Amino acid sequence: MTKKILIAEDSSTMRSLIVSTIAAMGDFDIVEAANGFEALRILPREKVDLVITDINMPDINGLELVSFIKGNANYRSTPLFIISTEGSERDREKGLALGADAYLVKPFSPRELQSLITRFLG
Amino acid sequence: MAEIPSSRALKDFLGEAEEIIEKLNLDLVGLGDCVDRGDVDPELLNSIFRGAHSLKGISGMFGFDDISELSHHMENLLDSLRLGKLELRPSLLDVLFGSLDILSQLVSGKGVSEDVTLDLTPILARISNELHGDAGTAENPLKKLNIDPAILNVLTEYEEHRLLENLKKKRNLLRVKVTFSLASFDQDLAEITDILKKQGEVISTLPCAGDISDRIAFQLLVGTTITVEELRTLLNQDGLLIESLFAAPQSPLPEAVAIKETSDGALQEEGAEGGGTSLRSISRTVRVDIDKLDALMNVVGELVLSKGAIVNICEQLRLEGNNKHLADLHKATRILERRLEELQKGVMEVRMVPVIQLFEKMTRIVRRVASEQHKNVGLDIRGADTELDKLIMEDLADPLMHIIRNAIDHGIETPGERSAAGKSEKGTICLWASQKGNHVVIEVRDDGRGIDGDKVRKKALEQGLIQEGAELTRDDIFELLLTPGFSTRDEVSDLSGRGVGMDVVKNNIASMSGMVEMNSEPGEGTVITITLPITLAIIKALIVRVCSKTYAIPINSVMETLMIEPGSIRTIERREVIELRQSTLPLLRLGNVFDLPDKARKKGRSFVAVIGLAEKKVGFVVDELLGQQDVVIKSLGSTLSFVRGVAGAADLGNQKTILVLDVGGLMSEALRGESSFYV
Repeated sequence: MTKKILIAEDSSTMRSLIVSTIAAMGDFDIVEAANGFEALRILPREKVDLVITDINMPDINGLELVSFIKGNANYRSTPLFIISTEGSERDREKGLALGADAYLVKPFSPRELQSLITRFLG
Repeated sequence: MAEIPSSRALKDFLGEAEEIIEKLNLDLVGLGDCVDRGDVDPELLNSIFRGAHSLKGISGMFGFDDISELSHHMENLLDSLRLGKLELRPSLLDVLFGSLDILSQLVSGKGVSEDVTLDLTPILARISNELHGDAGTAENPLKKLNIDPAILNVLTEYEEHRLLENLKKKRNLLRVKVTFSLASFDQDLAEITDILKKQGEVISTLPCAGDISDRIAFQLLVGTTITVEELRTLLNQDGLLIESLFAAPQSPLPEAVAIKETSDGALQEEGAEGGGTSLRSISRTVRVDIDKLDALMNVVGELVLSKGAIVNICEQLRLEGNNKHLADLHKATRILERRLEELQKGVMEVRMVPVIQLFEKMTRIVRRVASEQHKNVGLDIRGADTELDKLIMEDLADPLMHIIRNAIDHGIETPGERSAAGKSEKGTICLWASQKGNHVVIEVRDDGRGIDGDKVRKKALEQGLIQEGAELTRDDIFELLLTPGFSTRDEVSDLSGRGVGMDVVKNNIASMSGMVEMNSEPGEGTVITITLPITLAIIKALIVRVCSKTYAIPINSVMETLMIEPGSIRTIERREVIELRQSTLPLLRLGNVFDLPDKARKKGRSFVAVIGLAEKKVGFVVDELLGQQDVVIKSLGSTLSFVRGVAGAADLGNQKTILVLDVGGLMSEALRGESSFYV
């Protein structure tokens, strides 16, 4: 069964870079959310195997999304990576404290993301 | 994306980077005005921060470490500014402008060679000076306030800063809990936040799982001057929970930030002109609204017509003879003609865009639909450089999307079915474009299950489209699929069903003077071929007369013209044909098609325009060939769009309007054997 990855990121360039990085790894279903709302909508509808979210998003930020996912019995076990920027250590720590499984610091190398995905999705 | 960025990707990068830098420049100027006024707009600061942030992100991904490093430091500086850790001094603004200047030089440099770089040490030192010269507020003042840690834990640093700012402005801090249905939560939430924003600031929006699975709850953190009771009246909704987290204290919080400070710094002494920076852009691209191009094209079209009128006058004068200026006029007209051709060609070229723009959109559709359908589908794109008129491309987007959805929905099997059939689990959709003469051919192939002739037949019988026991050739079956209202799906699929079938695709493409063909092998897949003219704006047309009516046939579809004697026409299976170099050419009498009165038709010889589109040929029988002319096709408007066989109208320049034939549509009808569809 192909694993499904949800990407929540408001920058479309960043999103497409992440998508192509993952696509280069092989068979993954990728679902994209351009903001937190879209992510909230997708979660109950699709069985997602991994969530990758940016922290700085308008409306609902990444930390709020982490809190929602990790505080909900249905999604709690889904691995979740946060993407933060260098210099925002506090946000990163908060994300990890809320239950995020791993973090990436922008700009990250494709390999970094790929190895994290391999680690969590096997 | 490949390890080494392709030249196309690099071009994209340069384009986007330049756009970001331009925006940053504009915003920084705005920020400068803020410094002068002594009031900083948090939105503006945020926008600048995001710009630097995006630039860092994309340059990092392309391995441009210098751009990425500088934008990163710039971003740090902006972040501190945004979080209120630094105050906006003129010297800081100066450093920001300086950084942007170097960024812009670096980006231009990358356009010349990817190895171009600059020494960043001086500017980085200046940034560091600004950052550390002024130690940020070490302790988090929020800790002192008694706010639920569950709320504080999800606030980003920026939101914490906004919270503090709100408290500093002596606003009340309220928490609003609302629950919405999952189906419509974003609109519902937007309604409430709109009201709240009028009363203050929504600092954070925290989603929480609702009590029932199809509902979702939100906690909104609001900084406002009004009280819980006032807000409750204002929102006037059931199921709202509003509580006060923090009432504004009488004594204000210690002032942490004072924005305005006038240090008479040497602001903008070494502005943009310094250091010999070129202000020229490197991407040399202009974005233009297609409507403007269209208007331009129309003017060119009118000019072409005016030129036609002048040529006519010239001809008239020549016939009348003995005008001493005739030779000069003739010469001037020839020059005008040539320049006009160049102008027309130039405008036409501007309208042309590579189909990759459209194909890239399709990549997303494939990914999305495949994931919705739990199918594994790859996309093979070829000929993405093929160019097509922008307007045609816009109109092609929906039909193409529909075809691709169909291919995934009906064509490609599930991974299980595919491996059972001995195919690879991953299906492939090919999207190939190529140019053939004045046409662009777009092929959509899938390696799915192909079209099941029996199923089509059964459905057609049920829907009363064919008679019991009717003989159906493969072509008939494909034709049925293009018939209005026909669908093989039992349940209306969310994707391709919905009553919008291939017939709509066919009509849409016909309205662009294009043609759709279908071919399929059971078990092997389906190929849909779309043939389109490269442009619709100005075309050369063959003007013909049929029963005293004049029509224009786009010349790019006319392969040759013949004169035929009545005796050479034979009838095969009740269709008129002629022999044309060892092959049979079916004929279509335009007079019959448009049900024109027969009496004007001469019994003698007539003319045939041999029309070729895709791999098919048909001869249009006309009474007279009047000549070639440039025409500007105008749409007939929505009220007449149902008239088949006509693509539009054109002005001949002598105040006469004629109809332009829809070659694609007429050909399909002719090949299906209908001699008249004028109802």
